[in-house]
Amino acid sequence: MKTIITSLIMTVVLTVLLGIVYPLAMTAISQVVFPSQANGSLIERDGKVIGSSLIGQSFGSPTFFHGRPSAAGTGYDGMSSGGSNLGPTSKALMDRIAHDRDSLCKLYPELTPSVGAGGALPADMLTASASGLDPDISVANAMLQANVISRTTGLPIDSVRSLVQQHVKGRDLGFLGEPRVNVLELNLALLDRLKHP
Amino acid sequence: MTTNGIIQLLAFVLALVLVTKPLGIFLTRVFSNERNFLTPVVGPLERLIYRLCGVKPNAEMKWTTYSMAMLMFSVVGAIVLYGIMRLQDILPWNPQGLGAVAPDLSFNTAVSFVTNTNWQAYSGESTMSYFTQMAGLAFHNFVSAATGIAIAVAVTRGLVRSSAQTLGNFWVDLVRATLYVLLPISIVVGLIFVAGGMVQNLSPYVTAITLEGAKQIIPMGPVASQEVIKMLGTNGGGFFNANSAHPFENPAAWTSFIQVLLIFSIGSGLTYMFGRMAKDQRQGWAIWGAMMFLFLAGLVTCYMSEQSGNPILEKAGIERAATETQSGGNMEGKEVRFGITQSALFATVTTDASCGAVNGMHDSFTPIGGMVPLFNMMLGEVIFGGVGSGLYGMFVFVLISVFIAGLMVGRTPEYLGKKIESKEVKLAMLALLSLVFCMLGFTAWAVVRPDALKSLANTGPHGLTEILYAFTSATANNGSAFAGLSANTPFFNVTLGFAMLFGRFFVIVPMLAVAGSMAKKTAVPVSHGTFLTNTPLFGTLLVMVILIVGGLTFFPALSLGPILEHLLMQAGKLF
Repeated sequence: MKTIITSLIMTVVLTVLLGIVYPLAMTAISQVVFPSQANGSLIERDGKVIGSSLIGQSFGSPTFFHGRPSAAGTGYDGMSSGGSNLGPTSKALMDRIAHDRDSLCKLYPELTPSVGAGGALPADMLTASASGLDPDISVANAMLQANVISRTTGLPIDSVRSLVQQHVKGRDLGFLGEPRVNVLELNLALLDRLKHP
Repeated sequence: MTTNGIIQLLAFVLALVLVTKPLGIFLTRVFSNERNFLTPVVGPLERLIYRLCGVKPNAEMKWTTYSMAMLMFSVVGAIVLYGIMRLQDILPWNPQGLGAVAPDLSFNTAVSFVTNTNWQAYSGESTMSYFTQMAGLAFHNFVSAATGIAIAVAVTRGLVRSSAQTLGNFWVDLVRATLYVLLPISIVVGLIFVAGGMVQNLSPYVTAITLEGAKQIIPMGPVASQEVIKMLGTNGGGFFNANSAHPFENPAAWTSFIQVLLIFSIGSGLTYMFGRMAKDQRQGWAIWGAMMFLFLAGLVTCYMSEQSGNPILEKAGIERAATETQSGGNMEGKEVRFGITQSALFATVTTDASCGAVNGMHDSFTPIGGMVPLFNMMLGEVIFGGVGSGLYGMFVFVLISVFIAGLMVGRTPEYLGKKIESKEVKLAMLALLSLVFCMLGFTAWAVVRPDALKSLANTGPHGLTEILYAFTSATANNGSAFAGLSANTPFFNVTLGFAMLFGRFFVIVPMLAVAGSMAKKTAVPVSHGTFLTNTPLFGTLLVMVILIVGGLTFFPALSLGPILEHLLMQAGKLF
C-alpha cells in the first residue's frame, strides 16, 4: 500500500517537473534565444507566411524547381508526414516511378536523353522522401532541372546554373550528410531574379 | 562504399569512444551516491522530492521489494497516461481541439511508453494534444528511461556485491537517474537542437500560402524538449508521424549525428560504470568490445546494402552509383540531407539500442538493409542497447556464455568470482525464451488471421517481414516499424501491447531475481582454473553465443522474409 502511495506521489511530482516545468522552461528560453528557429523557421513575403525553409512544398508549375515525390497526403501535406513505405519489390512502387518518369519526360523533353542513357536520373528525383516534407533535392537534380527552367522562364542557362550553384549547401561541418539545394529558397531566388534580371 | 561515407561512420565510432569514459565515471559517481559537480544545484531538489514522496534514501531494498516498487510505479504511470489520453479533449494545451484517443489505441500507447517502447500506432500531429505530448508522453520518455537505468544499476550491484541482501533503493536510483543524468543533458542538448531548427513552442499550427497559392498547414509544438529525451532515453516516439525524418524533428545531418550519439551514449557509459563497480575495468571493456563488434558488423552490412541500391530501380532509369552531386543508392524513404550514410547509421543504431526513432523508412530499405534492424532487435537489443536494458539484457547472454564455457571445460561456471548455478541459468533462459516466444508466436498467430493480413501494405515476402518486424519491435521494446503495416487496429493494438509488456517485464523481473541471488553469494578468489571474463577471448565467445542463439532461433523466419526477398529482388520479381 505504501508503495502505491509513493508511486502516485512520485508520478505527480515528476509529471509536474518533467512534463510541465521542463518543457515550459525550454519553450521560454528558446523563444527568447532562438525565436526564429523555435517558431518553425518561417519565411514571410509581403507580410504573409509562405512556408518554412525546413518544410518542402508542392511545385507543379514548369517555371519552378520541383521537390521530390512526396507520400505525405496528396503531396507535402504538413498534417500527414510520412514515406510511401513501399518495399523494394513492390509493384506499386515501380508503377509510381514509371508513371512519374514518363510524365516528367513528356513535360520536359530535355530529360529524355539522360533517361535513355540507362539509369541516369539522380537517385532522389523519382524516389519519395521519408517525411514527405523533404525540403531539399540533390545538386544533380537541381542542375538537371536548370535546363528546363531556362527554357520555361527565358533566363539564360548560365544564369540559372549559377543561381543553383549559389544555393548549394555543402555537407554539414564539411563531412556530414549530403550536399543539397533547398527547393523553396531556390524558387524564391528564382522569382527575385525574374523580377530584377 | 564511398570515402565520405566511411569517414562519417568512423567519426561516429570515435565520438562514441570519446564519451564512454567520462560518462561512465559520472554514472558511477551518481549511482554510488557520491557528490558530483551537479550536487550543489540538484541536491536540494532531490531531497525535496524524497521528502514529498516519503522516500528514505538510505533504506536499501531486497530484489523483491525493488521489483515491486518498479512494477507499481509502471502500473500507476500507465493508468495515469491512459487517463490523460482518454480525457485530452477536456485538458489544457490543445489548440487544435483534438478529440479523446480511442480506448485500444490509448491502451497500446500507454503500454508502449511505460515499457520504453514508444511504438507509434498513432500519428502525433493529428492525434495527440500538446498536453498529452508533454505531461503524458515526454514524462514517460524520462521515467521509463530512468527505470531502465535503475534496473541496470541494481543488476550490476547484484553481480558485484558479495554476501549482500539488497540491491539499492529503486526510488533513489529513479530520481538520481532523472535529475543528474537525463534532465541536465536534455536541457543542454535540447537548446542546441532548437538552434539547429527544431521547433519549441505552444502555438497553434501555422497556415502558409505557398508560392503556388496552395494552403499548407505547418504543425508546431514543444518538439525539441521532447526530441532530446526521446533519443537520450532510447524511447523513440516521435512528435510527428515521420519521426526523426521530419525536418522539425531532425533539421540537419549534424542534428542527426548528435541524435544517434545520444542513443548510444548512456548504454555505452553503463558498460564503463559496470567495469568500475566490478573494480576491474576490463570486465566492462570485454562487454563493450562485443557490443562494438556486433554494431560494426550490422552497420557495414546495412550501409553497403543501401548504398548498392535496388537493381529494379536502376532499370527504371535511376542512378545507383554515388557521384559528387547525388547520393546514389536506395533513396526511397530517405531524406536528401541525411543521404545513404546517415540513414543507414541511424537505422542500425536505433535498433541496436531500443530506441526505435527513425530518420528513414525501414519499410523501404533494401531487403538486407532492412534485415539488419530486424536482426538487431531479435538479438534482444543488447548492442549498447536501450538505456539500462542493453546492459541487463547483455547479462542474460553473459550468463549463458559462462555457462556454456563451464560445460566445455567441465567446471561450475563463475562470473565475477561467483558461482552460476542452475537457478541463474534457468532465469536467464526464461528471459531469453520469453522474447523469442513473443516475437515468433505472435507473428505466427497474426499471419493466419485474415483480418491481420488486411493491414499489410506490401505483399510477398515483404509482407511477412512487416508483421515479423512489428512483433519483434514491440517485444524488444524498440518501437520502430515497417510502417506500411496499418497497426492501428484493435487486433494489433492489443497483441502488440501484450508483446511489449511481456518483452519488458519478463526480462526485468528474472534479471532482478538473478541479481538478488548473485548478491547473496560469496566471491571466491580467481584460481588457476577460472575462466576469465575480462579477456578478448571471452568477448569473442560472447559474440559467438549471441550470434548462434539469434541465428538458430530466427534464421528460418528471416529466410522466408528478407533473405527470400533479396533473391527475388536480384531476379527483378515484383509483388
